[in-house]
Amino acid sequence: MSTPQPQLAPQQPAAAPWQGAPGTSYTSPIPVVRTHLGHAIVSEWTKIKSVRSTMWTLGVFVFLLLGLGLLFAVIAASADMNLEGESPLGLGLFGVMLGSVCLITLGVLTTASEYGTGMIRTTLTACPSRSRVLAAKAIVFFALAFTITLVTTSLVAFLQVAILEGSNAADPSGEQWLKATVGVSLFLALFGLLSLLIGSLIRHSAGAITIMLGVFLAPLVIAIFMFAESLRDVQEFLLNYSIPSQLGVFYGAELGASAPSGWDPLWIMLGLVAAAFAGAFAVLEKRDV
Amino acid sequence: MIEAVGLTKRYGAKTAVYNLSFQVRPGAVTGFLGPNGSGKSTTMRMILGLDNPTSGQVTIGGYPYRKLPNAARQVGALLDAKAVHGGRSARSHLLSLAQLSGIPARRVDEVLGVVGLQDVAKKRSKGFSLGMGQRLGIAAALLGDPQVLLFDEPVNGLDPEGILWVRNLMKALAAEGRTVFVSSHLMSEMALTADHLIVIGRGQLLSDMSVKDFISANSADFARVRTPDTEPQLREKLTSALTGAGGQVLPEQDGALRVMGLPLPRISDLAHDVDVRLWELSPHQASLEEAYMRMTQGAVDYRSTIDQKAGLQQPLPPGAQPPMPVPGQGQPGWYAPPAPPQQGGQQFAPPQGQPPAGPYGAPAPGAAPAPAPGAPQPNPYAQAAPQAPVQPVATPAAPAAPAAAPAPAADLTKSEDAR
Repeated sequence: MSTPQPQLAPQQPAAAPWQGAPGTSYTSPIPVVRTHLGHAIVSEWTKIKSVRSTMWTLGVFVFLLLGLGLLFAVIAASADMNLEGESPLGLGLFGVMLGSVCLITLGVLTTASEYGTGMIRTTLTACPSRSRVLAAKAIVFFALAFTITLVTTSLVAFLQVAILEGSNAADPSGEQWLKATVGVSLFLALFGLLSLLIGSLIRHSAGAITIMLGVFLAPLVIAIFMFAESLRDVQEFLLNYSIPSQLGVFYGAELGASAPSGWDPLWIMLGLVAAAFAGAFAVLEKRDV
Repeated sequence: MIEAVGLTKRYGAKTAVYNLSFQVRPGAVTGFLGPNGSGKSTTMRMILGLDNPTSGQVTIGGYPYRKLPNAARQVGALLDAKAVHGGRSARSHLLSLAQLSGIPARRVDEVLGVVGLQDVAKKRSKGFSLGMGQRLGIAAALLGDPQVLLFDEPVNGLDPEGILWVRNLMKALAAEGRTVFVSSHLMSEMALTADHLIVIGRGQLLSDMSVKDFISANSADFARVRTPDTEPQLREKLTSALTGAGGQVLPEQDGALRVMGLPLPRISDLAHDVDVRLWELSPHQASLEEAYMRMTQGAVDYRSTIDQKAGLQQPLPPGAQPPMPVPGQGQPGWYAPPAPPQQGGQQFAPPQGQPPAGPYGAPAPGAAPAPAPGAPQPNPYAQAAPQAPVQPVATPAAPAAPAAAPAPAADLTKSEDAR
């Protein structure tokens, strides 16, 4: 400015103050603790429970599992359907299938929303150990998703068995119980975790959700339209290994000799998650935020 | 203490920061200046370990940021005020950061009080104004009570009270022996706050010195001389006399002369010798802003130009002339009075109508009809304008540019169009 600045005069920014006598450095009275993964987990727990998207996605998830599971059970009971020795637990499949979309969303948002808002820069400034942040997010999300799914699927399974008592349904065996509750919960939580890792790799919520929906639906849709005889093997593979089919395995829907059976889907998903984890860690450490 | 050595960052073919070396010492506020896109934020991100330098390194207290034990307790940063999840409340946001670095939860309420956000602590930060967001960002930086603080444009969006508070906060933090590194575009603010300046342009170091040295090294003090407007030949006469005596004379846009290299009494003597009366002879000290503009002139990447609206204007009515450009405007080397490269508001001046009545915007009596009811003075800012760095957007009543043609009544529609 062309007007003189009288304020400049009293300041006297002489070299003396900034050259700083040794020992002028500041020490905080708040004790400094050594941080570890536990701190990051507590922090991520605060984060995940303090945004509405968590409540919404999990609320819809529980609603779909409970609502559809019970709806089918009630319909089956009121129509006096003869289940012909089938386990009533299979009626929960449809709700779980739709509900998994909610876990995709929540998983992706857990990581990608930090990139969308710029929060990740604040987070990684507060904790420069990037792998610790990602690990904490994964642990918190997995624990939350597993717990919610386990509680909901167990509740649905109990109610279904109760509602369909006397409809000539088979009494579910111990393994059927285990698969329809713990098995499905582990599978879904791992699938959500895969979404979380894809969100961390893609760093864009909408993009990552689209990719995960593609992973979820595309194999099935593509397989349906594969009419050519030469593609028969591919079609069969896609049908057998699509996520909905793998979910069905937990409810006893065996597809064929070449299809995954028993606990296979869990191991497949575990492998995918491990690979995604390796990729996400490597990229996160290297990339600029 | 922050220490950068040969810091370089390339994004593909574009070099954002090149061979930057500097030190930021404790116990002082160090200002970090540079035009838009000069690499300030990139440098800040590299200091915080968010971006990896292509070559060179930067350390804080001897450690690269990502190797610091409990970094948040040693370094606090405000990078981008909106770097928060809008759906989270201010308190939850700070709480999650506190938990991440093992800071007791009551410290969260403490810093909320410090920045004055305790009343909105439970509100989601999505609804925060720019200034409130800035305060939340400052709260996050102060959370760990760190020894080193980095602030990127901390006064953006703050009200005058907030600006004063930040200024005093920076000084207080530095007085406690902390290292305070602040980037800003507001030169006047830096003049009041900073003790030391680091200036970069196009990613390279332009200057690293104290504010006082910076001003004296980068600006020449000058005298403003005004001869009677009524007799232009006197100005010519004085100019040649001053130049002959070894002075450097630049004409200013309002008709005054800017004289460098001659002391005031000597100018007065010379004028007396050639028998020229003076209406004004005043000393001017170059401000930090001027010094900065002079230094970064060659390093500005994004330069604004006049909005020509080419092809969008109605053809000029017969006999009308386009507005006369202001002498000196847009010329390299014209950095003071501290107007932006062109006069703000110029683009909103009605392009059609009378040519400027006075030499530089002073309305000739009776030359222009009143543009709108209630605004009998067509150009009330005509004289004052060159001193004001930012002009208000022109209203139909007041075309705010110094050289603006007074708006004729028919321009009401045009003004709407311009807005």
